[in-house]
Amino acid sequence: MRHVYGWLLLTPAAILLIAFTHYPTVATFIESTFSKGTSVRPSRFVGIQNYELMIQDPIFWKVLVNNLWFAAGTIPASIALAIAMALLVNKALPGRSFLRLAYFTPTILPMIAVANIWLFFYSPDIGLIDQVLGWFGFSGHNWLGDPGTVLGAIIVMTVWKEAGFFMIFYLAALQHLPPELEEAAKLEGASRWYYFRRVVFPLLMPTTLFVLVNAVLNSFKLVDHLFVLTKGGPDNASNLLLYYIYENAFSYFDTSYAATLTVVLLTMLALMALAQFFFFDKRIHYR
Amino acid sequence: MFAKMRKTLARLTMAACVGAVTFVAQAGTELTMYYPVAVGGPLTQVVDGIIADFMKENPDIKVNAIYAGNYNDARIKALAALKSGEPAQMSVMFSIDIYELIEQDAIVAFDDIATMDEDRAWLDSFYPTLMENGRTGGKTWGIPFQRSTIVMYYNKDAFRAAGLDPEMPPATWDELVTAGKKLTKADGSQWGVMIPSTGYPYWMFGALTMQNDQVLMNDAGDTTYFDAPATIEALEFWKDLGSEHKVMPQGTVEWGTLRQNFLEGKTAIMWHSTGNLTAVKENANFDFGVAMLPANKRRGTPTGGGNFYIFKQTTPEEQQAALKLVKFMTSPERAAEWSMKTGYMGVTPAAYETQKLQQYVEEFPYAAVARDQLEFATAELSTYETGRVRKALDDAIQAVLTDAKTSESALKEAQSTADRLLRAYR
Repeated sequence: MRHVYGWLLLTPAAILLIAFTHYPTVATFIESTFSKGTSVRPSRFVGIQNYELMIQDPIFWKVLVNNLWFAAGTIPASIALAIAMALLVNKALPGRSFLRLAYFTPTILPMIAVANIWLFFYSPDIGLIDQVLGWFGFSGHNWLGDPGTVLGAIIVMTVWKEAGFFMIFYLAALQHLPPELEEAAKLEGASRWYYFRRVVFPLLMPTTLFVLVNAVLNSFKLVDHLFVLTKGGPDNASNLLLYYIYENAFSYFDTSYAATLTVVLLTMLALMALAQFFFFDKRIHYR
Repeated sequence: MFAKMRKTLARLTMAACVGAVTFVAQAGTELTMYYPVAVGGPLTQVVDGIIADFMKENPDIKVNAIYAGNYNDARIKALAALKSGEPAQMSVMFSIDIYELIEQDAIVAFDDIATMDEDRAWLDSFYPTLMENGRTGGKTWGIPFQRSTIVMYYNKDAFRAAGLDPEMPPATWDELVTAGKKLTKADGSQWGVMIPSTGYPYWMFGALTMQNDQVLMNDAGDTTYFDAPATIEALEFWKDLGSEHKVMPQGTVEWGTLRQNFLEGKTAIMWHSTGNLTAVKENANFDFGVAMLPANKRRGTPTGGGNFYIFKQTTPEEQQAALKLVKFMTSPERAAEWSMKTGYMGVTPAAYETQKLQQYVEEFPYAAVARDQLEFATAELSTYETGRVRKALDDAIQAVLTDAKTSESALKEAQSTADRLLRAYR
């Protein structure tokens, strides 16, 4: 009788988990083994053919590499910036709440709104960036129209957007650090940098792990800005995996190929999350 | 207990009666229509106004007009609604979605609904060029609504400042380059010309190829001509505007901010949809002109914009009501009003014969440029597998403009991609 109660108590959570996590995952995998269906040519089982197509698809490799650069560009930068901002606003400063709010504002704004603002920042000649550069005698640059700068431009915007969010977690963590530690470090004559490196940063590691997992997920999940800024162009120079999935599913109506790409994305994210938890967990000091 | 149940029952019955009454009152037809807006401006209010007028005239038909974002969003929303079983009877969607919609078996041909003689006459009342993207296999699937061509907007003040005749906009590619050179300022504060290459690059390219006397695809939508010599030459010219003649910024030019660039005087000439006309007219604080696109071997532009489609999963009554709405919205008076408020074309010759549009054209002759240009227009790129085929061409254009590939190799690649995709349909 007891285990019946147990199961009954678990049921609501289990139903939600199965309906919104497990079932879609399995359904996506099954869909990826079928061909694109239209009412004229119904979809049929094709095994791993979609995966073969994917390996031969140069755009897939391009978006994958772009995504890795995007991750490499956004994750360390936004975490470093978040820590720096948190340390700054953790001090007793005049107007501290305003500064905190200012840092947090980008997080409140919807990504689409942010992208629209930055679209005008980046627009050649009339944009804010080119106008500021103009005062120093630089001529205008087509930031979003040049394959060499477009991904960098998007990374900068994403860091701006994300750092404030991560700052909140660091700020909370910093406020839980016992003040005795700092006093003790001062008594021992430790420099500020030494204190940060050997005391504060290790104590922040649990937060860093959490933020890192989020940052990694976001680097594969955030594509809203592409709809406004570049649509993945020019020539796929700023195209990311999730946006490519969207294009396949909704612009080309090729849901099976989109499912194939989704399986790849899921596998990658799962592996990375596992690696982070197993690898970093051992090196983190929890109080 | 029983008393309580009886009470509940009584309430339920009452509720059912009330429900039945409201149902009777609302009997008649309810239509849900999705529509997109691709250019800026308060176009949703214009559509809502026309719909309200329609319901006033036809109290037995209730129309829910739902603004659904840009053309892509509208198609996605409409098709998703259909798949999920939600009622949507009609939609304004991209004119070039026709093959995809036919393949999905989502729409009915207007010939099958519009069976009366007067309906037939109505089907023939539109500009034939505008019907090109709506007809295939001998049937009419889409009725023109928010249709445009590409026109050339130019800044007359900048023309005067550069010593050019403001009433003589460039009429050929050579003149465009010569004028562009005079208009481009060395310090980068003003460019000669901008042709947008994000968003809808294939559309602008359709104009350049047509001017070089080459179409991009056949009528059946199963063959493309991306690697024809004239196509390659057209792309070469586009690239040269930036890299060789230096009258256009190198790299891609953003579709979304182009109008702002023009309004702020950063470019003296822009190629853009006529759908921008009213917005430019209202916001330009300088003297501007509108002209047909320049010619090389001939003049040319693709048509563009959205058509009405009626979905297949509808009752005959709904189809007739939808037809009534489409007729209302394309009637000369309404088409004239729509054209004046947006800059989109009046879709029938009769629209331009209405008193109000005639008067408007007299005061503001540029409102007729798009119509006059129709004579030289061709269909917009539209094939089976249209999303992928279009993307292949878009990528090729952007690769060339950003100097990643040569015109010839990029377009050959795009053509072989298109061939691979379309083989199954030939």
